Amino acid sequence: MDLLDLFLQQLINGLSLGSLYALIAVGYTVVYGIVQLINFAHGEIFMIGAFGAYATWMLMGQPTDWNAPMSILVLLPVLIIGGVAASVTVALLTERYAYRPLRNAPRLAPLISAIGVSVFLQEAVRLFYGEIPGFPTAKSAIPFPSIPGISGSAFQFGGVTVQMTAVFTVGALAVCTVFLWFFVNRTKTGRAMIATSQDPDTARLMGINVDKVIMAAFAVGAALAAIAGVAHGLRYSNIDFRMGFLAGLKAFTAAVLGGIGNINGAVVGGLVLGVVEAMATTFIPGQFGSAAWKDVWAFVLLILVLVFRPQGLLGAKVVDRA
Amino acid sequence: MLEVKDLVVAYGRVNAVKGITFEVGKGQVVTLLGTNGAGKSTTLRSISGLLKPVSGEIWFEGERLDGLPAHKIVERGIAQSPEGRRLFRQMSVEDNLKLGAFSRKDTSGVKADMDRVYDLFPVLGERRTEAAGLFSGGEQQMLAIGRAMMCRPKLLMLDEPSMGLSPIMTQTIMRTIKELQADGVTILLVEQNAQAALSLADKGYVLEVGHIVFSDSGRNLLGDDRVRRTYLGAD
Repeated sequence: MDLLDLFLQQLINGLSLGSLYALIAVGYTVVYGIVQLINFAHGEIFMIGAFGAYATWMLMGQPTDWNAPMSILVLLPVLIIGGVAASVTVALLTERYAYRPLRNAPRLAPLISAIGVSVFLQEAVRLFYGEIPGFPTAKSAIPFPSIPGISGSAFQFGGVTVQMTAVFTVGALAVCTVFLWFFVNRTKTGRAMIATSQDPDTARLMGINVDKVIMAAFAVGAALAAIAGVAHGLRYSNIDFRMGFLAGLKAFTAAVLGGIGNINGAVVGGLVLGVVEAMATTFIPGQFGSAAWKDVWAFVLLILVLVFRPQGLLGAKVVDRA
Repeated sequence: MLEVKDLVVAYGRVNAVKGITFEVGKGQVVTLLGTNGAGKSTTLRSISGLLKPVSGEIWFEGERLDGLPAHKIVERGIAQSPEGRRLFRQMSVEDNLKLGAFSRKDTSGVKADMDRVYDLFPVLGERRTEAAGLFSGGEQQMLAIGRAMMCRPKLLMLDEPSMGLSPIMTQTIMRTIKELQADGVTILLVEQNAQAALSLADKGYVLEVGHIVFSDSGRNLLGDDRVRRTYLGAD
């Protein structure tokens, strides 16, 4: 494999991994933009999305006989809807009972509450998932249903192999970004979100129900995280109650990298982070380029950005008030 | 129309408003006068539901308002143009006005009211696509008032609309308030510029450190020695 092919191969791997980070990162950034809370339980919302999709598959009777076009056109969307429903429900409950009562408390309180929710959700899935009749225990990894036509499929493009899971992940990010743009810029709720993030008190004077806007922010973030959860399941073929921890941390890194509070920044930050990881494991020589070091490079990137460009690549939300 | 009874509002443990009672009659222009820290903005913020009173009652058209969330109070027909204008500076004039009409569903009525704001303040109409932050102080104040008018309020509360404006601009704003009153809008005006506010107010209340110290008609307050000494710089 020549150097150009190797570079292109890693670029595609990086963009695919980065899309996964970006889908999760949007949730951190949207919520932060509106309530200035780093929702450390968001990684678990991503995990819940994967387990919700799995539960949907179980409830459908573990179908394995779906073939290529229908599996992608029907089975996969159904799993995604199930995952999204689970994530959004859990995220809204979290907002209502763990964060809303602390909205006027010192900033540290909701942060600690978020860490508590994160541990709670991980443990709840670990201990109780297997208690649902017919469900496998989630104390170790569970194999994720395969979608014929995506799972394990790939095509050659020149000297480069493109996994269908990569196409799905990048495609999902592209579609979600378009929808998100439309939602934020063209719907009334979206406009209310922008207004609330710029000046919550004045937004309330306009007649905006800020509670609803905050719920919308949590719901949108959770929906994208659930889609990422399904993408993760397809990509790695299994899911695990701990999967939200590292993925959440990486996605948080991506959000900070792009400028926390900035939606475009989260997308760019996710993609940059994914590509940097993929490139580092290929082009850094010796043991420092081994797969074991990829997380190190990801967080080195975070530290460099925080030191030299603390507002992030695209700039954080600028508080600008007369 | 609006009745405030024994209102007490606190920031933490410090009472900013210490039991004030006043009322605003339908169609009137009523002004609250007082120096910095007298509790004027705190009073308006409580009426709008941004602050929860410690005690006391706020009644509007026979309905009790205190305890309602801010967006419900806007739906009842009370708008506020806050101190410092608080425009959405990166958004265009038009988007600011649209947000002002957030609680409304009648698209055609919103369009008509937007045209009315542009008639009242032609400079806003000419530059409707420009970001609000690019306008001068006076123009921004026009936009802030226009934005508050967009929800078709029965009661419009204006917090320091003349702050930072030239005397000519202040006159324009005061003339606008007069026109709004003629259109049937009731106005509660908070001002430090006592001369301007009292010359158009039907009634004025003077606040000092959280208490109403006296009240009278605008004309009488203009001639009142205490007011002249403290707020009009006469000796």
